[in-house]
Amino acid sequence: MSRDLKLLTTLGVSTAAAMILSFLETLIPMNIAVPGVKIGLANLVTVFLLIKLDWKSASAVTAIRVLLSALLFGSVASLAYSASGAVLSMTVMSLLKKTGRFSALGISTAGAVSHNAGQIIMAVILLSTKEIAYWLPILIVSGTVTGLAIGAVGALLVKKIDLKLDRKA
Amino acid sequence: MDKIRLRNDIILFASLLLAALAVWGALKLLQKPGKYVVVEIEGKVSAVYALDGDLKLDIVTADGHVNKLVIENGKARIESADCPDKLCVKQHAISMTGETIICLPHKLVIRIEGEGGVDAVT
Ligand SMILES: [Zn+2]
Repeated sequence: MSRDLKLLTTLGVSTAAAMILSFLETLIPMNIAVPGVKIGLANLVTVFLLIKLDWKSASAVTAIRVLLSALLFGSVASLAYSASGAVLSMTVMSLLKKTGRFSALGISTAGAVSHNAGQIIMAVILLSTKEIAYWLPILIVSGTVTGLAIGAVGALLVKKIDLKLDRKA
Repeated sequence: MDKIRLRNDIILFASLLLAALAVWGALKLLQKPGKYVVVEIEGKVSAVYALDGDLKLDIVTADGHVNKLVIENGKARIESADCPDKLCVKQHAISMTGETIICLPHKLVIRIEGEGGVDAVT
């Protein structure tokens, strides 16, 4: 197989995996009164691709996943929130990856927290109420915990899975 | 290299948790017992009620959605709503300034204001 074809296959499989994780996430009841508290299972795929390949592959798969899951499991309103979260989180994670100074744990945690921050920013814009910032502490803590867990699994996957995509080939 | 990364990771976690603690602490320090319940729909104040009178009424948004607001014993809460996530119903009753109950699907914010602090009305 040519490298391009392998890459395309990898991204396709990754998108499918991300969709399954997004769907699983909708099945998990989160009995917390603060909107936006979630595990972020699908971020596993993003973190994996970002570390294993590059930010472009990770962003492409994330963008498709966000669009499709809003279409399938969400609404137009939920798209505004998840898209703003994804854009901010993708940017922060790509930048942290670029510094080379953080492991999957740090990258994933910063991603989860910035995802939550992105959603809060969108809520402040849509509801024009700054009081939503009161949710910030809870969302920072929940993002740190879930980001850490996702990062730990992500690091394991990065170690175990060999994509056999030699970048120079 | 891995050790340095781990150290950086830990610094990152610590700063995030400290930031959360700082924001939470600052918000707690600024809180005072409230006087008014302010109802905002899509960022506009639609009604203001006294927190010390008992009250039960339906807040109806422009597209006909309903959140039932209850004010009793000096606290405000949403008793029921027809939003999909019902998170507004789960949020605890509020009575201190700055506290909010927010229904994202209905773009509804219930917040508490203190003495002479209903600034958004003007
Ligand atoms: Zn609601």
